[in-house]
Amino acid sequence: MAYDEEGKGVNFPESIPGKWIGWGVVGIILIIILVATFYSIGPEEVGVIKRWSRYVRTTEPGLHLKLPFAESVTKVKVKHIFKEEFGFRTLQAGVKTIYAPGGFEEENLMLTGDLNVAVVEWIVQYKIENPIDYLFEVKDVEDTIRDISESTMRQIVGDRSVDEVLTVGRIEVGLEMQKKLQQILDTYQTGVQITTVKLKDVNPPNAVKSSFNEVNVAKQDKETTINQAEQEYNRVIPRAKGEAEKTISQAEGYAVNRVNRARGDASKFLAVWKEYNKARDVTRRRLYLETLEEILPKIGTKYIIDSEQKGILPLLSLSEGGK
Amino acid sequence: MKIERLIPIIVVIILGLIILGGTLYTIDQTEQVVITQFGEPIGEPITEPGLHFKIPFIQKVNSFEKRFLAWDGLPTQVPTKDKRYIWVDTTARWRIVDPLKFLQTVGGERTALGRLDDIIDSATRNQITSHILYELVRDSEREFVETELSIQVEEAVGKVKYGREKISRAILEEASEGVPRFGIELIDVRIKRLNYVEQVRQGVYSRMIAERKRVAEQYRSEGQGGKAEIEGRKEKELQRITSEAYKKAQEIKGEADAEATGIYAGAYNKDPEFYSFLKTLETYKETLDEDTTLILTSDSDFYKYLKSLSPR
Repeated sequence: MAYDEEGKGVNFPESIPGKWIGWGVVGIILIIILVATFYSIGPEEVGVIKRWSRYVRTTEPGLHLKLPFAESVTKVKVKHIFKEEFGFRTLQAGVKTIYAPGGFEEENLMLTGDLNVAVVEWIVQYKIENPIDYLFEVKDVEDTIRDISESTMRQIVGDRSVDEVLTVGRIEVGLEMQKKLQQILDTYQTGVQITTVKLKDVNPPNAVKSSFNEVNVAKQDKETTINQAEQEYNRVIPRAKGEAEKTISQAEGYAVNRVNRARGDASKFLAVWKEYNKARDVTRRRLYLETLEEILPKIGTKYIIDSEQKGILPLLSLSEGGK
Repeated sequence: MKIERLIPIIVVIILGLIILGGTLYTIDQTEQVVITQFGEPIGEPITEPGLHFKIPFIQKVNSFEKRFLAWDGLPTQVPTKDKRYIWVDTTARWRIVDPLKFLQTVGGERTALGRLDDIIDSATRNQITSHILYELVRDSEREFVETELSIQVEEAVGKVKYGREKISRAILEEASEGVPRFGIELIDVRIKRLNYVEQVRQGVYSRMIAERKRVAEQYRSEGQGGKAEIEGRKEKELQRITSEAYKKAQEIKGEADAEATGIYAGAYNKDPEFYSFLKTLETYKETLDEDTTLILTSDSDFYKYLKSLSPR
């Protein structure tokens, strides 16, 4: 102190640093202590506090105090949903997500229950439910989730036929996977909760893909062929029905015609006959003569031969007679 | 002069800190510790986390993980009981239960993983070679859900006696026998990946292709069958419709003809002679024309007056 006072006003070059170094050191120490005492927890985290490396408490989001140096804080994102990808990797997520080009055959090729091979890609989403277990029970929880996911998926796919996995079984596989995976991870006390397991792409291996497509094509061909036949049926049958109606109508027309004509003819005959009965002989003659009157002019060649004449044929040249 | 007085104090503080640092140590929540004195273990392993004391300099802290640890095997090629070559990749979880024994027998995690490689690999091999592939792939006796594409693979039938879960348990059991002497406990062993070796895979692919082709062929023939069936139905319908129409038309015509005949008979029967007279005259009108040559004798009813005014 005396040293400081002595230098006051005299403006010794070393007196000012001396004073400032002292305050500076105190300041720095204060700042260090403050930084080591206060800590803040983000809204999606909790703080796990260890005193001398031993777990003592968990703190919620906000600004908190801890014993400097003796206590340390580990922040765990308990609200965050983590995602693991299997059989593929997203390089860059976005509107047009970019995926890593292949190379995950080891991960996504698996045997189905009918000893066929399927390519299964899926995602597992989880969150940390119990940060204490998460930190202190299992080392490398993420790797554990990956290992068990792969193992469980193969176990589930191995109990299904390839067709089932490719078509109807997708949702069921996802649900069972979530259940089983959670069960196993719980026995390990990983402290995580599986929120979603989703099958992304399930395909036959590339080498056999075309033959699977062929089946689809054949299935469509079948439908097309049958449809075409139905079409032809529908084209021909209604027409035939119409034509049948026509035939019947024509027959009906014929019937009406025939009966009416018969009735007409009969009526005519009866009418004539009625009159004829009144004067038989003269009517007979009249009808006869009228007929001859009508037909004789039309006849080209007429010969009238005496009734006594015998052997008329030599007189005629019948071959020319018609002309 | 003040600085010279401070030097001994600083030295004492530094020395004190060094001694304190050698005496005090912390055990992490995730760790357990064995204290050794010149390499010789002293007392029981300490598993309680927190601040602890030891004799500085001569005692050493050896800390080990308390948590579950991962073991990941290398894929190995193994034949199954039915002589199918497959790649098997296993994964396991283990932990150090007796750090003292662990320290004495293997020393560290790296060596321990090596030991586990041998033990688990051999257990895996034993179990795989004593089961057929179908048992290794299936997990339960669950029956496949039938789909419209279902194909029955002849070897994928029959009861599942063990299944993968049980075989995994068996591997765990067998491997577990070998680890306690290292102070290790095996918690779980699972088959992570299992796949055909490359050559077998090609064969399986060929089989899958053949199966699909069979299904495709089946669809096509079903299509043709359906088509033929419809065409047959069409042909039958056509014949039925046409013939029924013909039948009905003929019936109608027949009835009409019959009716007409009845009507004609009813009328003409009144005077058959007059009918034939009339009809004959009518026929004359229709049949005699300019090509006709008519030869009549003079005693015909028409010309008889040519010869005499009053023929007999």
